[in-house]
Amino acid sequence: MNEKLTMAQALNRALRDAMTADESVSVFGEDVGRLGGVFRITDGLTAEFGEDRCFDTPLAEAGIVGLAVGMAMNGMRPVVEMQFDAFSYPAFEQITSHVAKMRNRTRGQVPMPMVIRVPFAGGIGGVEHHSDSSEAYFAHTPGLHVVTPSEPADAYGLLRAAIASDDPVVFLEPKKLYFGADEVDLDLPVAPIGRAVVRRPGTDATLIAYGPSVPVALDAAAAAAAEGRSLQVVDVRSLQPFDDETVSRAVRSTGRAVVVAEAPGFVSVASEIAARVTERCWDALAAPVARVTGLDIPYPPPKLEHLHLPDVDRVLDAVDDLRWEGA
Amino acid sequence: MRPDPEGLLPATEPVTLIDSDGAPVTTARAADVPPEAAVPPAGVGPQTQALDPADHSRTATGAQAGPVSHPAPPYGAGAGYWQLPPGPALVAALRGMIAARRFNDQAYALVRQGRLAVYPSSHGQEACQVAAAQVLSDGDWLFPTYRDTAAVVARGVDPGETLTLLSGEWHHGWDVHAHHVAPLTTPLATQLPHAVGVAHAARLRGEDTVVLALCGDGGTSEGDFHEALNFAAVLHAPVVFLVQNNTFAISVPLSRQTAAPSLAHKGAGYGIPGERVDGNDAAALLAVLGAAVDAARAGGGPRLVEAHTYRIQAHTNADDATRYREDDEVAAWSRRDPVDRLRTFLTERGDIDEADLAAFADDAERMAARLREELATDVRHDPSELFEHVYATPTPQLREQLAMLTDEAIRDRPAGDTAPPARAEAAGLAAPTTGTSDPGGAR
Ligand SMILES: Cc1ncc(C[n+]2csc(CCOP(=O)(O)OP(=O)(O)O)c2C)c(N)n1
Ligand SMILES: [Mg+2]
Repeated sequence: MNEKLTMAQALNRALRDAMTADESVSVFGEDVGRLGGVFRITDGLTAEFGEDRCFDTPLAEAGIVGLAVGMAMNGMRPVVEMQFDAFSYPAFEQITSHVAKMRNRTRGQVPMPMVIRVPFAGGIGGVEHHSDSSEAYFAHTPGLHVVTPSEPADAYGLLRAAIASDDPVVFLEPKKLYFGADEVDLDLPVAPIGRAVVRRPGTDATLIAYGPSVPVALDAAAAAAAEGRSLQVVDVRSLQPFDDETVSRAVRSTGRAVVVAEAPGFVSVASEIAARVTERCWDALAAPVARVTGLDIPYPPPKLEHLHLPDVDRVLDAVDDLRWEGA
Repeated sequence: MRPDPEGLLPATEPVTLIDSDGAPVTTARAADVPPEAAVPPAGVGPQTQALDPADHSRTATGAQAGPVSHPAPPYGAGAGYWQLPPGPALVAALRGMIAARRFNDQAYALVRQGRLAVYPSSHGQEACQVAAAQVLSDGDWLFPTYRDTAAVVARGVDPGETLTLLSGEWHHGWDVHAHHVAPLTTPLATQLPHAVGVAHAARLRGEDTVVLALCGDGGTSEGDFHEALNFAAVLHAPVVFLVQNNTFAISVPLSRQTAAPSLAHKGAGYGIPGERVDGNDAAALLAVLGAAVDAARAGGGPRLVEAHTYRIQAHTNADDATRYREDDEVAAWSRRDPVDRLRTFLTERGDIDEADLAAFADDAERMAARLREELATDVRHDPSELFEHVYATPTPQLREQLAMLTDEAIRDRPAGDTAPPARAEAAGLAAPTTGTSDPGGAR
């Protein structure tokens, strides 16, 4: 069954289908009830499933995630919303000390089957604290899965998989992609967590991207094609667990790689990817793995964010530098 | 009824203002009767004998002192009597509120014209905004949230500079130390512990300083609110917390935020006296906040004041308030307009005349015109600013990144920093877009 949906609608559909399929799924957070969330991802859920299944909490992120921990301990599958990336930080203690560690410290007795949804990253002209790329904090914390979709179909599939997972998933939603529409086949099997996908075939070099940077990489590949260079694009989708197999195979097929990500590059997920690719593909690489990332600065104000974000030109410049002499 | 010998719980009756003879005065018009959800109606008659007009502190009168039309909760002291502020202070407040209203409406219009990224308006909350600034002395500090730009203007900061964050030019506009006004804070309640820290440092440094910290009803649910109150009480810090309870936190009504009888009650558990005020009554706000600031300055420790008011406009221009509240409610609160209320009171009392009002309106109009002018011109950005202030001394990596940006600017974007990247353009691709179709409310 094919339908044209925006990513926001696909996420909403995933929540509805998961709530229909499993009574223990409960959605809560700030403004998720009557308003349907500031991005409308939970639109209509309270009306359809009632106050017990989708509700507004008091305004406190530590409380929201802490409540979810307790509910998960007692047989439920909470799906909570942090209103914006930087507003998840009051919950950092609960996420890193409890959500991530509960299974391990109880030797598997107390799993944490919950999803923490976070609209993240920039490109929407938001004022400070509304455009952070927080993935490294979470991906660095053992015990958390971290995924991020770049298109509506994956948004649906990954969110269904995240809710079905018995481990906690930090689900990062690239907010600049919320309102782009695409064909979605809702009958497709749920997208598995932990699998990257090749979005565009290419033979000269591989662009590795995730979430909000995937469209940038695809645009760069299109521009490169116009210049006579064939770039492959891999969408990582799952930052933790990381799909070494798909990514390494892709890079080995081209021998060159550029990682593209919005977060500041220093100690980042992009750095981790570059290191893994280097270790696993060293013998097949014609050039060092390059990174095109955000600058190592606090996210800039709206009028300057274009200077911070990786764009097509920066990606192509990095590709140019991949030692083509004699290739 | 349980006694409240420490005087920590807010009065069960609304603030009663009295004139210098001890006679009760009200600024309320017929429309200003608060709704059921607001401060309970006055139930206690004047108790002039029980009161020393020079004493700003609340005077307990006992619930049996008058006809109580509202069932008294099993706590609480009694009605509070407060000296009506002097005429010139009220006139100054009105003048500030007329400017604040004009500022709010001008800023809102500037969003529509694309000159501001977003504007959380305090339209309807101007009495709180102006009173918060007016009760402070020069050396005192103000800690505002994103909604409190009008208070920052009332404090004397250049209106254009108050909007730097919301215009998207930079994260902050004014000189913090020159004005003793902290930056607008967006992560809710996180500014409150800072306010306590400034106050504590002031005490350690022997400064005669009071800090007034603002926050919303929703913000009182955050952990930082509670930690700040506790620290302030334990450290006996000279801080006044003003909670503008404007009834909503984006779409979430107060009833979903707290099960306490009022937000002012939250002080008691920390040992902080709490007080409730009609947030649309500038005179009452000046009296109560003024007394709180005086008490804090005199070494009386922190105070918590809850002002009940209403956010007349949507959360921000990006929010659609029709999804969660009724037009009737907004209309009822619009009739309780704080600016009209004080204007009517002062006009009827003869403190001001038409000429004064015309002059106040002219001042406000000139400020709005200046603001339009200031925001009409695009600031030409120097990308090096992005790297300059991250550390006291930029790291080698930041210097490298600046060099990359400079190189790009020379090579690819000779037309300036907003021109589309050259190769993307050559390939028929637009520059990366900013701005969005998102209906997000919290920006
Ligand atoms: C820590 C944190 N969580 C969430 C948000 C998103 N947010 C911005 S304003 C707001 C509502 C705040 O309500 P209130 O404190 O009553 O202040 P008001 O906007 O009504 O002035 C929310 C949830 C935020 N800014 N910070
Ligand atoms: Mg509020």
